[in-house]
Amino acid sequence: MSPFLFWIFALLTLTFGAAVVINRNPVASALSLVVSFLGLAALFMSLNAYFIGIIQVLVYAGAVMVLFLFIVMLLDLRAEESRQINWLASAGGLAVALILLGQVFSVVSRFAIAHKPFPPLPRSTIDDVRSIGVALFGNYNLPFQIVGVLVLVATIGVVLLSKREPR
Amino acid sequence: MITLGNYLVVSGILFAIGFAGVMLRRNLIIILMSLELMLNAANLSLVAFSRFRVDSGGLPNYNAQVFVFFIITVAAAEVAVGLAIVVALYRTRQTTDVKNISTLKF
Repeated sequence: MSPFLFWIFALLTLTFGAAVVINRNPVASALSLVVSFLGLAALFMSLNAYFIGIIQVLVYAGAVMVLFLFIVMLLDLRAEESRQINWLASAGGLAVALILLGQVFSVVSRFAIAHKPFPPLPRSTIDDVRSIGVALFGNYNLPFQIVGVLVLVATIGVVLLSKREPR
Repeated sequence: MITLGNYLVVSGILFAIGFAGVMLRRNLIIILMSLELMLNAANLSLVAFSRFRVDSGGLPNYNAQVFVFFIITVAAAEVAVGLAIVVALYRTRQTTDVKNISTLKF
């Protein structure tokens, strides 16, 4: 992956990620989140993780975003009116985020292997879907089944939560 | 030349954006979106480490990518339950603003 493409997609991801937080209109936030996830999928592809990139587009940019947009439009949320901002709380939240960012920068700058380029892959084609499948159904078989149970529990929970109680 | 550090910094900035969203925004749906940003930032650093550790067979280390797969699954379940709670809350209180939902606040 050329550095040029990396910077384009990183900038795309971060700009639209910031737009999610800055936008007052929930629909605009949801659509910014789609673009941010697409940029992130391109970054995954640049790391030769094609399966994860495709899953990112299908699950996040497809299913999860449709869910978000559906709920925003179902509840008919309008843009937040500019209310009295609690400056102390906002400054505190921003300060904690900036401290976290400074921490990440200082750790990465002192991390010796962070300055090495990625090692080249000797093969021209990698079948990562097969490798992930072998790992998933071999080494990680039990966690995989537990996640299946978790998704089932989530489904039942959503049905229970959205059912109206009989009066 | 793109190094591992570049990906880790992008991941850290994305996490900080999501964190700031959780701290600053008052709309529950936007808070859920910011949570998704934070989960995806963690995914990005996991995939970067996976690509960095090329094993003797010449393939990336797929353990991290299996972990990312699990995170994506759990995040999808979390969004479904979270949005169902938001809808149930809106039905009883007609609001998604966290300032108006403070019954459990100490």
